[in-house]
Amino acid sequence: MLTALVFLPAAVAAVLVCLPARIPRWVVTAVWAGTAAAVLVLTCIMWGHYADDGGIQYETQARWIPSVGISYHVGVDGLSLPLIAVTAVLFLACAVFAARRNHRIRDFAALFLFLETTCLGLFAALDLIVFFVFFDLSIVAMYFVIAGWGHADAARAALKFFLYTFIGSLALLLGFIGLYLAAEPHTFDMVELTRQDPLAGRTAYGALVLLAVAVGLAVKTPTVPFHTWLPPAHTEAPAEGSAILAGVLLKMGTYGFLRIALPMLPQAWRSYGLVFVVVGVVSVLYGALVALAQTNFKRMVAYTSVNHMGYILLAIGAAAVTTADTRAARQLAVTGATYQMVSHALLTGALFLLAGVLHERGHTYTMTAYSGIAARAPLFAALTGLAVFGSLGLPGFSGFIAELQILAGSLDPRPLAAGLAVLGILLTAALLVRALQGMFLGPLRLPGGPGAAPAFPDLHRHEAAAIVPLLGLAVVLGLAPRFLLDVVEPASHGVLELLAR
Amino acid sequence: MTALPWALVAVPLTAGALLAGAGAGAGAGRRGDRFAPGAATAVAAADTVLAVVAAFRHPHTAVPFLEGAPFGLAVDGLSGLLVVTVAAVTTAVLMFAVHDIGPDEARCRFFGLMLLFSGAMLVTVTATTLPALLMGWEVMGATSWALIGYWWREPVRVRAAYTALITTRAADLGLYLAFGAAVAAGGGTALDRLAGAPSPWLHVAAGGVIAAALGKSAQLPFSFWLSKAMQGPSPVSALLHSATMVVAGAYLLIRVQPLLGATGWADDTVAWTGVATALLLGLVAVAQTELKQLLAASSCAQIGFMVLAAGVGSTTGGTSQLMAHAAAKSLAFLVAGLWLTALGTQNLARLRGAARRQRAAGAALTVAALSLAGVPPLSLWVAKDTVLAAALEKEPALYAAGSAAAVVSAVYAVKALWYVWQPAAQESSPQESASQGPASQENGRLPLAVAVPFTVLAVACAALSAVALPPVHAAFARTLDAVGEPTAAGWEYALSGALAVATSGAVWAWADRHRRARASSPAVLHDWLGLEAAAHAVAVAPVRGMAAWAARFDDRVLDRGTEVLAHGTVRLAGAVNRRLETAIDGSVGGVAAACRALGRLARRPQTGQLHQYLAQAVAAFTLLAVVFVLVR
Repeated sequence: MLTALVFLPAAVAAVLVCLPARIPRWVVTAVWAGTAAAVLVLTCIMWGHYADDGGIQYETQARWIPSVGISYHVGVDGLSLPLIAVTAVLFLACAVFAARRNHRIRDFAALFLFLETTCLGLFAALDLIVFFVFFDLSIVAMYFVIAGWGHADAARAALKFFLYTFIGSLALLLGFIGLYLAAEPHTFDMVELTRQDPLAGRTAYGALVLLAVAVGLAVKTPTVPFHTWLPPAHTEAPAEGSAILAGVLLKMGTYGFLRIALPMLPQAWRSYGLVFVVVGVVSVLYGALVALAQTNFKRMVAYTSVNHMGYILLAIGAAAVTTADTRAARQLAVTGATYQMVSHALLTGALFLLAGVLHERGHTYTMTAYSGIAARAPLFAALTGLAVFGSLGLPGFSGFIAELQILAGSLDPRPLAAGLAVLGILLTAALLVRALQGMFLGPLRLPGGPGAAPAFPDLHRHEAAAIVPLLGLAVVLGLAPRFLLDVVEPASHGVLELLAR
Repeated sequence: MTALPWALVAVPLTAGALLAGAGAGAGAGRRGDRFAPGAATAVAAADTVLAVVAAFRHPHTAVPFLEGAPFGLAVDGLSGLLVVTVAAVTTAVLMFAVHDIGPDEARCRFFGLMLLFSGAMLVTVTATTLPALLMGWEVMGATSWALIGYWWREPVRVRAAYTALITTRAADLGLYLAFGAAVAAGGGTALDRLAGAPSPWLHVAAGGVIAAALGKSAQLPFSFWLSKAMQGPSPVSALLHSATMVVAGAYLLIRVQPLLGATGWADDTVAWTGVATALLLGLVAVAQTELKQLLAASSCAQIGFMVLAAGVGSTTGGTSQLMAHAAAKSLAFLVAGLWLTALGTQNLARLRGAARRQRAAGAALTVAALSLAGVPPLSLWVAKDTVLAAALEKEPALYAAGSAAAVVSAVYAVKALWYVWQPAAQESSPQESASQGPASQENGRLPLAVAVPFTVLAVACAALSAVALPPVHAAFARTLDAVGEPTAAGWEYALSGALAVATSGAVWAWADRHRRARASSPAVLHDWLGLEAAAHAVAVAPVRGMAAWAARFDDRVLDRGTEVLAHGTVRLAGAVNRRLETAIDGSVGGVAAACRALGRLARRPQTGQLHQYLAQAVAAFTLLAVVFVLVR
């Protein structure tokens, strides 16, 4: 079932590509949205039959390249199931959002369906090479999305994105090979590697492998100082591409930390946890400060992603302090880290789709070009307001649950770091609300020069249908977090147990 | 039983969200605007009934929320009084708003946000655990932003909302830290368990709670945001200043008194901050020239007494001060709002005669102002004396400062009254003012939507002083679970009452004598002690500078760095192409050329002529023979 879920979009993509290029647009969008919806339904069914603390479920293992210990091995647990679910939601939202897109819609749909397979496959992967293959394929697919459907300077931004993250993935591969060679018998199987803890007692080797893995994942996350590919990629990408890039692709990095770095390299992680705490806090504060200075809306949102991902690094870095009396706090922090991934996917996904709406109407992301949009587009303004307040961690939205857990949980193991990171909450509030006020409130001013104000229609039905569910889900997760926490908490306890070996 | 607290908070929150949501959709919003005021007022009234029931039945509930941090709501004695106050004042203010927020405004949005705002306050006062408290607390802050900036087309109002949001949120960070400290201490996140936390988490929790409370209550040094908050519609001011938002901090401090006491420093800090705010912001209020600004500064000052009460451990004093102030201040703001809408001004000098033209409103303001002044037998007189009695027991200096602050409160209250009761100035003729609004009818009979809340609140101003009567006070203390707290002695009541009356009389007489003199006040007081400028200099400007610096660093160093690396790689490739590649290619070519040359050389003996081959063979054999001989 999991395999079917993963490869369904790619299969449909293959069919789409085979169809003639001049098929009507509605057929393409219907097939695309239908497939995305089917994936979501399958995910929901899977969630329904998932036992909360049953470890890895829906497991499938098949021989692939047995000579070097590679197998096709997939399964879900409390860390991956929420991410698979949010991936399905976000891709469906993008499919709906793109309903009126004209430019080469068939190729666009096929590319997105293929991208969906790579994302689902990565979160389901239980073999390092399967993980790596999906990791790299996602980069390739996203490269074509940005380069093919982006704005003016897209080719350059796409190339930068591709090269940067691809080099990161090579570091990751080096780390994987290091793990493979250390394991006895040699294997790339994640479950087996986690069980073996192959680098226990080998300090220098473990440190080197962690370095390689961490650099690879840090580029993808991204954390300071490896984040500079992110702003241009977002600025040039089409709205749906940005939403997926921020909502799903960034999570591959943080998910990798929780899935690979912590459980397979516990000793090295405990030794160097402080490094990740520092990187996390710097990302939180630096990301927020740079975002504060931006004049381009999408660039600003991109930098807030650096800030939000920093919280996750802080949480998992603080988890490395394995004294017994901080256990309750660390559990809270790691749970919060997973929660933050889901929450950020929904809220930032919504924000980037809204940014797409803005660009579609005004043809620029420059914030000073707009003022008082609320007069023309009240629904657009209201939804952006909700997304902004959700993104800055207002209670009632999922971001609050995530950040509260991370900050509170990190305070005990790492008081100074958590005390500094809490300032990030204030900075994001300041910068996001300032942007919101500047663009949507005040006297009306739209790009296009003086004279007759250009048309600025409110949200179309398909745009609202894509964005409202994302925000609605963020509210549900913010008010009733238990149904997700019940899934996440056993998994985060498991990670901490593995880390304490 | 457990459903009651949920209903109490969910009714206004759900109704508010629905109304505000309807306000966002353009078409539906217009239709909804007609029904919003009635619906919202009805919801608020129904919630008041729920609040009264809850106050008597003391329900409590908790559900699992975060790991080890449940979401708990309960109504006990203190919360019971608070929820009734909040719900009742909300109803009164919304009723007034039916009149004040006209049909041409976005009423759905306004009434929805007001309900959300008061619902968040209800969550705050019924919360028994930190996550629940923090949720109500922060949502209240965010809705205050939306309400202060309700007229969002005007940048000055939006900026004011921003100041309020960011200032209070800066202080709110303390609550996040307090929650972290509670988790770290391992004793649970219930508010009544905080006092048992071990050091150092005890101090972190106390410091965090105090910072958040002082910020929300606009105490020193955060007071300036409240001045800005006046940019909101008058009903917003009336609600925000009386029973919600600003009193939330005072409430929280009263609630966590055991925590303050356990630290050994927090209670003194809180008490002195409270009394300093009462005194200094009282002076600021005296210096104001606009009615709403005067009332705003007086809110800080009056709440200072509540904060003082929390610091000296007087639950009864703090709570009665809170309730009495809620009645007086909401009434005062409603009158100010009525005149702002009708006369288009809130400048005291231009409000001359307002009370004479609308005697009912004037009378209402008089009751409110005299109550603020602490004139007997109105309720704040009693409440303040209960607070001061506890202060006297703790530290005479606090009592002295508090009494001085009480005198100052009489000065600003009477200042406002004096202006509005003066004969109207020549320049504003009755016709002019009559044309300006529906409420400015001569000797105005107030519309029902205005008269009812005015009457109810004015009666409350007087009735709440019944707390002074010993049997009532005993019941009050039992309700609050605060039996045995100090109460004011007879001489204290007499002294403070006499002081208030004497001060009021003196100020009135002085003002009459100096009618023509332009009273000038120190600029620093008029500008709210320059607090906003200080916050700008200390926090805002450095952060902006750092942001600009970080952005430059990001572009010029980090981003340039990778670009340079990438370009370097391309250049390296070019160099390799030009140098190494030519060298390798050249050497390959060289080898080929050498081979060719050798081949040419090898071809030369192949002449095809037998005699030459013979000669070559002879030479070769000779050579071989020589070698053979030599080697042997």
